[in-house]
Amino acid sequence: MKIAVVVRQVPDLIEPVEIAASEKTVDLGMATFRANEADDFALEQAILLKEKSGGSVAVVALDFGDVQNTLYTAAAKGADRLITIPYDADLPPAPKEAAAAYAQVIRGLAPELVLVGSYAHDELESTLAPLLARELGLPFVGVVRGVRPAADGGTAVVFKEFPAAALAKMTVKLPALLGILGADQPPRYVPVSRIRALMKTAKIEEQEAAVPDASSAVTVRRLYHPAAGQRAEILEGPPADVAAKIAGILKEKGVCK
Amino acid sequence: MSSQDVLIVAETSRGQLADVCGELLGAARALAALTGGKVVAVLPGADGSVLAGGLAAADRILLADAPLLGGFSPEPYVAVLENIIRAEGPRAVLVASTSVGLDLAPMLGAKLAAPVVNGCRAVSVADGALQVTASFYGGKLLADLTVTAAPAILLLAPGAFRPTPEKGAAAVETWQMPSPLAAGAVVFEEMILPEGGDVDLTQQEVVVAVGRGIQQQDNLEVVEELAAALGGAVAASRPIIDQGWLPATRQVGKSGMTVKPKCFLALGISGAPEHVEGMKDSGLIIAVNTDPAAPIFEVAHYGVVADLLEVAPALTQAIKGA
Repeated sequence: MKIAVVVRQVPDLIEPVEIAASEKTVDLGMATFRANEADDFALEQAILLKEKSGGSVAVVALDFGDVQNTLYTAAAKGADRLITIPYDADLPPAPKEAAAAYAQVIRGLAPELVLVGSYAHDELESTLAPLLARELGLPFVGVVRGVRPAADGGTAVVFKEFPAAALAKMTVKLPALLGILGADQPPRYVPVSRIRALMKTAKIEEQEAAVPDASSAVTVRRLYHPAAGQRAEILEGPPADVAAKIAGILKEKGVCK
Repeated sequence: MSSQDVLIVAETSRGQLADVCGELLGAARALAALTGGKVVAVLPGADGSVLAGGLAAADRILLADAPLLGGFSPEPYVAVLENIIRAEGPRAVLVASTSVGLDLAPMLGAKLAAPVVNGCRAVSVADGALQVTASFYGGKLLADLTVTAAPAILLLAPGAFRPTPEKGAAAVETWQMPSPLAAGAVVFEEMILPEGGDVDLTQQEVVVAVGRGIQQQDNLEVVEELAAALGGAVAASRPIIDQGWLPATRQVGKSGMTVKPKCFLALGISGAPEHVEGMKDSGLIIAVNTDPAAPIFEVAHYGVVADLLEVAPALTQAIKGA
């Protein structure tokens, strides 16, 4: 099965997200980037499908953030083709613009399956996966956490996540685009030494694609951080003292004796 | 010309109206009071007539009944909702951030060339324009937005709106599609429910939940000891389940269980809206997180800014010694 995977770069939320002086955009100048978590699961699912049924995996990414490291890591995991789309801006494109750009490249790959993370935490207006499906004219279903190739070769069986650990089993005619939230196993670990070795041998292809500047009916008036700890009463002190305070609260509330 | 009505996309879960319908109705009633329009609830399904009563707080209920809508398949759902939205021309369409809503909202937005806003936490009208406050970056940023086009498709953040207390007596109408629905390329086969045998989190009086702050699987032992000392059960936020460190039946949040224990300890959990949805109604919430700006402190009653790996063992000792 020929599979294309989109992997986006997002700021690591371990660090604070800075706001630009205009208060209308984020300031990613000092951000540390990482692969979007759901995209990482999409890549894992693609590699698992390839290992089970053969085929190839092409990873497509905008040249943004720490994309080279992400792509070499993808190669170390088993991706066959690494493709970047040149992109020179301080902020990533909105999902609508990104979908138009990714579609130009993915169309040329003629994949049977396109896997994209169901969401990215920096998406404010719509989400990439269904918009890319529409650009490509492919059927779509999202919030998927497992994919199996069907015996007939023309369909796949997907498992869509629902509350209380329920899964909807669905049959999808190929080609199709799936929004991935989880995979049949967690993203695999690859040693840094293997990634470094692939940096010397793996080839990153560059494919031009126009990133349109689409208009939007949504205007940002202001970005801001939520007020911290608005509700919680913060308990302070060394761990033993804090633990004693919590134990006292639990006793007072009748949670423990 | 669009109307000032507010339309909600109602959902079902295991044969019942989903809990999110109350929040959708609450948000819609508040917004419709500002726009001067009516609240229109749309319920797609195989036979919505038995569930329509739960949507009576709307002004109108449109039942879109068809065998193909008995289980969720994106294309027939989008087809029927597109048809209704084009005919009704509402000012806003409110959709829950559920497995179904997260598919429908962007697909409808693309079909209708309508703006879609994720993570909506507040909606109002000022100078005739729709004003939305939305959260993104895992709840670490808020954005005040103006949406100028109609219909605006708004994905409501989990738990951001109160269910309406109104009972109502909405008129129920059956929506007639102009042509029969066609099965799409994505076909619903069956719903697979988790196997029994594991702990039922919904029945626990004490839930000790862990998130990324646990760092590695071996550290779960610390939390298990604390849960045992409290006579409770260990649960987790999504990343821990995705790593395979605990079974899916232990997940609390939008995709997992909704729990309302007497006490919920959130250890190393940032408090993404998807998690908060599943635990916000707990009687007593105590959160431990190294990040003082973690959104979990917005819902917790008590908070500790510290490493859970230091606090949890100390708390176990304090409980045992109490």
